[in-house]
Amino acid sequence: MNKITNNKAWFLVLPVFFIVAISAIIPLMTVVNYSVQDIFDPQTRFFVGTEWFEQVLGDRRLHDALIRQIVYTMSVLLIEVPLGIAVALTLPRKGWGVSASMVLLALPLLIPWNVVGTIWQIFGRADIGLGGYVINMLGIDYNYSQNPMDAWVTVLVMDVWHWTSLIVLLCYAGLRSIPDAYYQAAKIDGASNWAVFRFIQLPKMQSVLVIGVLLRFMDSFMIYTEPFVLTGGGPGTATTFLSQFLVTIAVGQFDLGPAAAFSLIYFLIILLVCWVFYTVVMNAGKREEQ
Amino acid sequence: MARIDLKSLAHSYFPDPKSDADYALRRMEHVWEDGGAYALLGPSGCGKTTLLNIISGLLTPSEGQVLFDGKDVTKLAPEERNIAQVFQFPVIYDTMTVYENLAFPLRNRGVDPKRVDERVREIAGMLDLTGKLKQKARGLGADEKQTISLGRGLVRDDVSAILFDEPLTVIDPHLKWVLRRKLKEIHNKLRPTMVYVTHDQVEALTFADKVVVMYGGKVVQLGTPQELFENPAHTFVGYFIGSPGMNIMDCNIDDGAAWIDGQRIALTDRHLDAVSKQTGKIELGIRPEFLKLETGDGVSSDNGVAVNITKVEDLGQYKIATTRFGTSDIKVKLGEDAQIIGQSGVLRFAPEWTKLYADSQLVA
Repeated sequence: MNKITNNKAWFLVLPVFFIVAISAIIPLMTVVNYSVQDIFDPQTRFFVGTEWFEQVLGDRRLHDALIRQIVYTMSVLLIEVPLGIAVALTLPRKGWGVSASMVLLALPLLIPWNVVGTIWQIFGRADIGLGGYVINMLGIDYNYSQNPMDAWVTVLVMDVWHWTSLIVLLCYAGLRSIPDAYYQAAKIDGASNWAVFRFIQLPKMQSVLVIGVLLRFMDSFMIYTEPFVLTGGGPGTATTFLSQFLVTIAVGQFDLGPAAAFSLIYFLIILLVCWVFYTVVMNAGKREEQ
Repeated sequence: MARIDLKSLAHSYFPDPKSDADYALRRMEHVWEDGGAYALLGPSGCGKTTLLNIISGLLTPSEGQVLFDGKDVTKLAPEERNIAQVFQFPVIYDTMTVYENLAFPLRNRGVDPKRVDERVREIAGMLDLTGKLKQKARGLGADEKQTISLGRGLVRDDVSAILFDEPLTVIDPHLKWVLRRKLKEIHNKLRPTMVYVTHDQVEALTFADKVVVMYGGKVVQLGTPQELFENPAHTFVGYFIGSPGMNIMDCNIDDGAAWIDGQRIALTDRHLDAVSKQTGKIELGIRPEFLKLETGDGVSSDNGVAVNITKVEDLGQYKIATTRFGTSDIKVKLGEDAQIIGQSGVLRFAPEWTKLYADSQLVA
């Protein structure tokens, strides 16, 4: 009844609010603003409602880019996650090998995206690149700048090279948290290697794997820099993923309205997939506990 | 079920041990009978877990052999030795139900499903887990998880031995007592060879037929609880077993008796014979239960030692008096209705329960 209300605490929240507003909310609102207007110049603008959204959703090029993107992201996850787990399982558990392999694994993660693109651009060239030259020597006709399949595979291999380490490191951390007694007990219980993996290692890695899959999903779904440097989205549209396509509209054609509408749709897709995935996995965990 | 032979067994964690101190386990020679319940008792770091892991095969000893029923298993892996082991902290398979956890060791060995079901239900019944069989193991408390671990240890009926590594550490005191009784019951019924590591003397003495007391990497005595109490082979056993532990005092032997701080304590000829051949440090030990304290006027100090009484603790069923003469504190266990008059009294040593130790080893 006589509770003293002191609103001074709100002042402490203000800086955070201010920063978040500048870094996220205002830019996002700008995009929303663009997406519902047709702007010719700062003085000449018309409200167009959902027209840009309808136009973008009906765009065949967007459909193609989306399908390409989904296939690419699925391939990334299907290769990197099992490979990452497999590598983590074979890493040494003690001795000098631990630090050596940690350093080796962390190296690709430390290289900037555009440098990775450049490295692979040179590495894959048939004339001066070691990789491209060797593949052609083996009698396989490989040219990522002309053959769409080669380009697609090169971008995929590059991503695997760049990011599998992340999954490895996360899984390794999960594996290291398992006490020795679990392995000893499993030995005495007569468990096969598969059973040890299935009933001890995999459950312990579950939570880090969720994080790993989410990170890899988001990153690969938004991939831009490496294909931009390596193939520029080509040949044709073979490696034009959603980000490439977005930049073509926004920067290339300067269609800010459709680009803004597209950005929002893009953002919602990522948000939705992450939310569904996270909720499903976490609920599965909870159901088991009951 | 099997008899376990330890043949000149020793273990060091160093690749090239030089002195005795490098050995986690000093050379030992033991035979543990088939169907026995053995407790390995000792303080932390005395080598009891090392010995257990050597028996289970998790550790290969650097010297000597382990034999199960005369068969050399020193080099065999744990799964080939056909043993069960329960660890200090619960090890359960999170994603499985309680039932699947208990069935796991059997299913891995391809036991007939009908037999698996029978065994799981039998063990679950013994450990009061029947109502929880369908639950996921992940959500259970530490007590229940450890009970499941115990169950997994007991579920196979063809094992050579069941090994327990301080299995009741995480269990609360009441349940501890219940589970210990269950284990004892199961042992009486099925007679498996059981080896039970603990640092708790009550646990060891109530569980085991034979207690193996370890100290500093050595087995200092192997005997029944009664033997350990009446005839400690080492001063450590005297001190470690019993509550309070044995009184142990430095003494000199002279003139047919033991002398402690100028006080004469009578010995028998048996004592004198044995001790005359010894050269090391001589100590006299006697359990608080075997001392008599007389107080009041007119108590003669002939055949006794005059002492000051510094403290009397009443523990309900008995009293413990701390007495002092010279530099020695001596504890005496008295009946609950014992009367203590004044601050001084006379201690009488029962010669048949007075023990002499040379360099910590029992002489007589």
